[in-house]
Amino acid sequence: MPLLDIKNLSVEFTTRAGTFRAVDGIDLTVDEGEVVGIVGESGSGKSVTSLAVMGLLGSNGRVVADRMMFGGRDLLTMPAAQRRKITGKDVAMVFQEPMTSLNPCFTVGFQIMETLRVHEGLSGKALRNRAIALLEQVGIPAPETRLSAFPHQLSGGMNQRVMIAIAIACNPRLLVADEPTTALDVTIQKQILDLLVQLQRERGMALILITHDMGVVAETAQRVVVMYAGQVAETRPVHSLFERPRHPYTGALLDALPERALGKRRLPTIPGMVPGIADRPAGCLFSPRCRFADARCRAERPALFDVDDGRARCFYPLPDGHLAAGEAL
Amino acid sequence: MSTQTESNIGPHVFEAAADPSVVLEARNLRKHYAVKRGAFKPLATVKALDGVSFRLQAGKTLAVVGESGCGKSTLARSVTMIEPPSSGELLYDGREVVGRSAAEMKELRRTVQMVFQNPYGSLNPRKTVGSILTEPLVINTAMDKHERRERAVAMMGKVGLRPDQVDRYPHMFSGGQRQRIAIARALMLNPRVVVADEPVSALDVSIQAQVLNLMMDLQEELNLAYLFISHDLSVVRHIADSLMVMYLGKPVEHGAKDVVFTRPRHPYTRILLAATPRVNPDLRVDRVVPKGELPSPLNPPPGCAFHKRCPFATERCAAEVPPLRTVDERLVACHYAEQMD
Repeated sequence: MPLLDIKNLSVEFTTRAGTFRAVDGIDLTVDEGEVVGIVGESGSGKSVTSLAVMGLLGSNGRVVADRMMFGGRDLLTMPAAQRRKITGKDVAMVFQEPMTSLNPCFTVGFQIMETLRVHEGLSGKALRNRAIALLEQVGIPAPETRLSAFPHQLSGGMNQRVMIAIAIACNPRLLVADEPTTALDVTIQKQILDLLVQLQRERGMALILITHDMGVVAETAQRVVVMYAGQVAETRPVHSLFERPRHPYTGALLDALPERALGKRRLPTIPGMVPGIADRPAGCLFSPRCRFADARCRAERPALFDVDDGRARCFYPLPDGHLAAGEAL
Repeated sequence: MSTQTESNIGPHVFEAAADPSVVLEARNLRKHYAVKRGAFKPLATVKALDGVSFRLQAGKTLAVVGESGCGKSTLARSVTMIEPPSSGELLYDGREVVGRSAAEMKELRRTVQMVFQNPYGSLNPRKTVGSILTEPLVINTAMDKHERRERAVAMMGKVGLRPDQVDRYPHMFSGGQRQRIAIARALMLNPRVVVADEPVSALDVSIQAQVLNLMMDLQEELNLAYLFISHDLSVVRHIADSLMVMYLGKPVEHGAKDVVFTRPRHPYTRILLAATPRVNPDLRVDRVVPKGELPSPLNPPPGCAFHKRCPFATERCAAEVPPLRTVDERLVACHYAEQMD
């Protein structure tokens, strides 16, 4: 049985312009100790999915799902007080902006110890020692003195380490990292990703890594979910996805990377934009931008079909990955 | 120091300054800031830019890479004359900039324009695209209203925006379109040099590709020189002709793109390359794991500024500042550049 098992999750927001479905029927499973990457462009619904899993959506976000189980317990029917005990303890989250996610008015020590006090009931010397041990684990030099530092006194990378220390404080079984390195420099990004993977291995923790950076996913995840306009476009093991993408969107996205265009002067692009609240097409959501789309794609919504070792939401999956997609340009 | 490649990129070879294709030349630019550390402590000096020299030719792109705090943005501010450098020379078409009168500066500033990182913050939300694009013309030219509007509409077509949207406001455009507006604004005065400070890092991959293509097309058409500031090495590898890697205000490696990318000779360049995440497993460089973080620019370490994070550092690195010198067709500031293979 998977650790996290979500079937047909939708999240709707009520806005003045009408109801907007940010997440549209997502299935997501994460096994114990697995690293799953969720990639997608802005507006694809990846962050909203993670907030729904955490139960952190505001009151204007409506969550509907057929099933939402974590470790055998039903998150949908659970009373809010019980859900609160899981969030931050068994499921923890690392956010994108370490500078704004930490409270600037409290020391980092206070913020780490707060988690331990609430969830583990620690106090006094034991509490302090645990906090020091955690800071040490995430690679912060001189942890005893750092406990009394405020977030503005630390660098972005150090703050992100503090965020990770808070997240892993109660030995979570699932860690959700939403763009954990986007605000950081490449060398610091490398350090933070290495740290996340090392902690994940040591503790057998499951990790959901949400990012827009294909390179980060390719180097870190075991399985990848590609999202487009609130839906899963393709989900595959990491190696086969990058070697042979089957959904035209994945193929086009990979072709647009400068890394893949060595020697070519022009980069292949995807015309058009992600559909917004007013212009969701009737058929496949990617059909207006897809160069392989035909009448069927424009009229009918494709389901997630089985392909090779995963699934792709396309009537005509690419026969040979990006090669086919690249030739047409 | 006399081969062809060196005279193209070599900042120390000044005899060839007559080269007409060089539109921008910086000689030993420095920008030092005095900062307060406390009410009763003496002022400290931050050397944000500490001896940067380069040459930029028409139709070419020089990429400046490095981590935050390495002086990339200070370089952009100096080159665009937003702030005068503390010392050093800046030459546009062989004409010295520093020490000119206000009127002459105004004239010179037209040759260089800037595109900023964040297309959401760099466009005035209260102005229409039309007035954003015509503003440079109002200030710098004697064109009448109709002429200005004509120019703006033509420029919108050129950067791939629909000219009928000239009366729309920035919030009605997507991030990629806004960056096109920012590029259009930079080109209104027919500059010869465009300084682009992280122009695509706020954009999604597919949009990033569109904007990079547009920039390369415009470069070809208008023979523009780009000073392209970025932290993304795969973008730089795609767009640049030459590359300058900076660390704590100083260039550590500077040379033609292919030379630096295929045979990096400074440990910092190698670490940056290794830290860049790759989709293709064959392209991943063996992991030289970067140690630590950028030291405080208020208190840079003695010797080589990089030695505390360098996996190859020796005692000599802690004591002696490595000079920028020519090794294997590029300039590099490392005592052991010859051994870095």
